Amino acid sequence: MFAVRAAKRAPWAVVGEKIIEALVYFCGFSAIVFVLGIFVFVFKEALPIFAHEQFSLTEFLTSSDWYPTSESNKRYGVFAMIVGTASVTVLAMVIAVPFGLGAAIYLSEFCGQKTRETLKIVIELLAAVPSVVWGFIGLTVMSKLIVQYTGTPVGVNVLNGGLILALMSVPIIVSISEDALKAVPDSYREAAIALGVTRWQLVWRVLLPAAKQGLLAAVLLGVGRGVGETMAVLMATGHAVHIPHGVLDSVRTLTANIAAELGEAPAGSDHYRVLFLTGVLLFTLTFAVNLIADTIVRGIRRK
Amino acid sequence: MTAAENHIEVRDLRLSYGLKEVIHGISFGIRRHEILGVIGPAQSGKTSLLRCINRTIDFTPDTHVSGTIEVDGEDVRKVRSVYALRRKIGMVAPLPVGLPLSIYDNVAFAPRSAGLHRRADLDAIVEQCLRQAALWDEVKDRLESLGTKLSGGQQQRLTIARALSHQPEILCLDEFSIAIDPVTTMRIEDVLKELRKHMTIILVTNLTQQARRLADRTMFMWKGEIVELDTTEVIFGENPKDQRTRDYVEGIFG
Amino acid sequence: MSPATAQSRFAETPAVRRKLRQEAIAKWIFCGMAAAMVVPLVLIVGYLVVRAAPSLNLEFLLEVPKRGMTEGGIWPAFVGTLYLVFLSLAVSAPIGILAAVYLNEYAGDNWFNRVINLAVINLAGVPSIVHALFGLGAFVYAARFGYSIISASLTLAIMTLPVIIASTRESLASVPRTFREACWNVGATRWQTIRSVVLPNSISGILTGVILQVSRAAGETAPVMFTGVVFFKAVERGDLFPYYLDEQCMALSMHLYTISTQVPGVKESIPFATAVVLLGLVVIVNATAISLRVYLRSRKKW
Repeated sequence: MFAVRAAKRAPWAVVGEKIIEALVYFCGFSAIVFVLGIFVFVFKEALPIFAHEQFSLTEFLTSSDWYPTSESNKRYGVFAMIVGTASVTVLAMVIAVPFGLGAAIYLSEFCGQKTRETLKIVIELLAAVPSVVWGFIGLTVMSKLIVQYTGTPVGVNVLNGGLILALMSVPIIVSISEDALKAVPDSYREAAIALGVTRWQLVWRVLLPAAKQGLLAAVLLGVGRGVGETMAVLMATGHAVHIPHGVLDSVRTLTANIAAELGEAPAGSDHYRVLFLTGVLLFTLTFAVNLIADTIVRGIRRK
Repeated sequence: MTAAENHIEVRDLRLSYGLKEVIHGISFGIRRHEILGVIGPAQSGKTSLLRCINRTIDFTPDTHVSGTIEVDGEDVRKVRSVYALRRKIGMVAPLPVGLPLSIYDNVAFAPRSAGLHRRADLDAIVEQCLRQAALWDEVKDRLESLGTKLSGGQQQRLTIARALSHQPEILCLDEFSIAIDPVTTMRIEDVLKELRKHMTIILVTNLTQQARRLADRTMFMWKGEIVELDTTEVIFGENPKDQRTRDYVEGIFG
Repeated sequence: MSPATAQSRFAETPAVRRKLRQEAIAKWIFCGMAAAMVVPLVLIVGYLVVRAAPSLNLEFLLEVPKRGMTEGGIWPAFVGTLYLVFLSLAVSAPIGILAAVYLNEYAGDNWFNRVINLAVINLAGVPSIVHALFGLGAFVYAARFGYSIISASLTLAIMTLPVIIASTRESLASVPRTFREACWNVGATRWQTIRSVVLPNSISGILTGVILQVSRAAGETAPVMFTGVVFFKAVERGDLFPYYLDEQCMALSMHLYTISTQVPGVKESIPFATAVVLLGLVVIVNATAISLRVYLRSRKKW
């Protein structure tokens, strides 16, 4: 009865295992390759623009003159679009953060098991709606409502984009905030309830302070989503390259600008390279936001 | 006693998790075909010691081991195949772990991993191991049902059957009776007495009386050090060398 | 309130009553906020369906666009989307699953693996339009795939990779560590452990992730519009294999964008119907994933 000690694995099994493990390692490392690849390729296409004498990075970032196709006086300033992105994102956060947070509090503290399950499924579906459909909704439904209620002549503007973006970023804010609230130990809740406070006081005085880092991370991820969103804002914010003076002004965002003009920019032209440079800017921006959000989330998990 | 006669020889073993040293340079030998009882309060390094012997400690990040452990005169940290080493050693954890496979596959898992696929061989091993673990009569009619659906006591015996399935030369039991009832415990103890003829057994136990019943020699560990290692008669007798041993055995502390 | 309780020592004092009222108000406020998220969705979807109704039929799905895309159906776009989804899936599912296996089963806690984790997180955060730029630079120009289904699918694959990695990792992590230890104890190698115990017990989560990737890939527009999807391509009605892989194709998401912003005089209900089909596709896929998850969770083995 020493069959096992005498047994040997077939050579093909041993070799097969080695091959599969090599593949696993290779795929594991691939994420780094892709991220580096994205940066390298986007940056590579943008780089030659710096060799151009007339181009200055300061002007690129601070001027709001964007005349990429002008014959005599080409100007590449994306400041107006930076403001456009910022205004839409800020408005979206102003709407989405309170509502997302409120919904997360309702989910984790007030509602019953069944309602929670249902709501979570709805949120999951909300998150799955493609951005082009959101854009379409902004273009048709939302713009009509805005024209009707504000009397403004054009319905595609900062308000429209902000509302759409708010609806889009609510799911991520809800789910991360709910995680953060759940991470608050139950002993805090029990201690507070033992003292006779109402649940409202519990939320306000105990849970929100205890979960504030997680909530911050949720907001940051929402911002990341807002900055990077393309199709919805392309369709919902109008197309005007200028600094908005109110929520009813049309704007253009950095992402929408690339999406709208990349098709017309001949490969290798200055225009094309400036669009790639905008991509580098976006990449860096979202990279930083996600990095900070992740550091915060990780800190919470470790606790 | 010279080193060559010992089945396992531990020399100056130190183990730390991060910066915290949990085993402080212990040396001892385990003879072939004996039952070595290891007793001591929680946190005294007993489980870590077992994990060093079969090198599953490798899977815990941030551990540092120094000193040597020799099995059959071969340093476990330099063996050619760590899998062959682990197959030489059966390991039973405190809490039963039925793998989410059928009862048959639970026991046949190790032989299959070793490369044994002949159905007749596997059938024989499964039956023999389940019999040895005193489980065969209860499960022989439902070998295809899930191992995780067995009761706790049955799962623990399944775990023992699995530990025997690769026909180890050394069997390590880590507080195997925590999760099972006294009657089953007695049955397994009888099994161990039988197994001693074929293998060396390291019995880590929190029940000092279990060591007394089974062990040839008993080792008392405390805070990562060996307080005393002697024949069971001496440890549990009138005059153990160390006062702490006597206190622990008599239940004064621990 | 019965007289008996009113007289009890725990009778409601005005302060308590105020507290209870406060609590009820708080509950309704938060409930309202949750509703504010759900109700618009329902209303909007309802509105879309109503507006789409005149065009919503099987004929619309199978017919090709006519008269400069102002009439007809969406067949070429529908098939194009299927092409893109399955091709990108074929690339990203294996890579994503193996990468998750690496991260969860093989990777120790060292700086290198922390960098990989970071990379995955950032890959998930890269804006879709930047993925488009990457796809254009890397696949269309550098790899010389040109504007083609291949380029578009590869871009989509990389974009959706983090979805699969995250969900696979989560389901691998849900398999208790004790199972792995039990396998290692009997001398099984890491891969034997993974293949026979870890993977079979996390397959449900992995499948869910793959399905969610389908829905994500189907809806994306920006990454494909500069790498291989065109406004229009002439295709036979109902033809299941109208495209070669080195050709450009149409896609539902892009088609919706085109007919709602670029083409004048489109029949009113057509963009709405296209949006509803796209939305329906995504909802069906997600619902499948959710019910699969619920079903498989109900027959967990431990």
